[in-house]
Amino acid sequence: MSYYFAIIGTQDNPLFEYEFGTSKQGGDGQARFSEQARHLNQFVLHSSLDIVEEVQWANGQLYLKVIDKFFNNYISCFMTGGNVKFLLLHQPTATAAGATRNSTSVGANPTSPQTEEALKNFFNEVYENYVKAIMSPFYKVNMEIRSPVFRQRVAAAGRKYL
Amino acid sequence: MAHFGPGKTASSKEQAGLRYPSNGKTIYHRPLHRTKTAELSQSSFAYLFSEMVSYAQRRVTGIQELEKRLNVQGHPIGLKLLDLLLTREPPRSQARPLTIIALLHFIKINLWTHLFGRQADRLEKSSNPDTPDEYMIVDNEPLVNAYISVPREMSQLNCAAYVAGVVEGVCDGAAFPARVTAHSVGGKEEGEMWPGKTVFLVKFQPEVLEREALFGKG
Repeated sequence: MSYYFAIIGTQDNPLFEYEFGTSKQGGDGQARFSEQARHLNQFVLHSSLDIVEEVQWANGQLYLKVIDKFFNNYISCFMTGGNVKFLLLHQPTATAAGATRNSTSVGANPTSPQTEEALKNFFNEVYENYVKAIMSPFYKVNMEIRSPVFRQRVAAAGRKYL
Repeated sequence: MAHFGPGKTASSKEQAGLRYPSNGKTIYHRPLHRTKTAELSQSSFAYLFSEMVSYAQRRVTGIQELEKRLNVQGHPIGLKLLDLLLTREPPRSQARPLTIIALLHFIKINLWTHLFGRQADRLEKSSNPDTPDEYMIVDNEPLVNAYISVPREMSQLNCAAYVAGVVEGVCDGAAFPARVTAHSVGGKEEGEMWPGKTVFLVKFQPEVLEREALFGKG
């Protein structure tokens, strides 16, 4: 299971991105995307922004669950109050998805309630750190988030829940 | 976009020249939630605010421009408060405002309680059929104006334009673009109950009403 996480600003501009792999079930936390897929990921993620704009008005929740699917790539979305989107692309490893269709493990089944709960916890933790980032008086809306501490915090949340 | 290429993700840990505070604590180490209601001294706020007003007053030619500057000072605060107040909501009632009414309630209750320790006094919709896009938030005695006496020749000035800026920031952040202005409406006669009464006039952009009509039917 590999993940690609991005924060998209209000003008559909990227503010932050991070790639990681699962740490559950003996995973080493490394993303397993091919070089080609890494470029495609950005494209797939941004193309789901159109769907975000539809879904965001149907549901007042912050966490919008899986909103889009492109072959084996699932996109989960979390909207902040200020219309900044957290998007997570998750790609179950091909064999795991085919072999254990009914598995409830976080890695194998992207739409199971357990996975949704884990993603929700991940997003909430990132949101908390994002709010801390924007509390900085020097931060203006839609600025890229460059803090290494923020990156560490996102990595830690990824290790903890996914 | 160039430096957002996928090759970059691993390399941003070692950034030379980045300074950490000596105790190693950054803004990320501080809690977002207050354990008790922490209040600030009103006199220190009044002092700071008077400096902000006189700062805004430099090099302006008219009252409108001065109010515009105060508004601009408040705007980013509103953008940030929107997310802060949402995270402080208990998880069950945590929701983005989707309608104008929900947004104005959020402002009247959550924002006002956070900033001033009480709710705004009233919420009104414009009764004029020509302006269905106008809403009013009424505050009988705005805290920011407590120690401000406006000279007679500047009688249209209302320094609550700063608060209007905060409200505008919240509206813009929640994707309800609006213009917010502050107007004094308190009577000048003796015995007036609320001489400092201020109306925050929220005028939403036409696309907000269009969207509202669309989702209201569906």
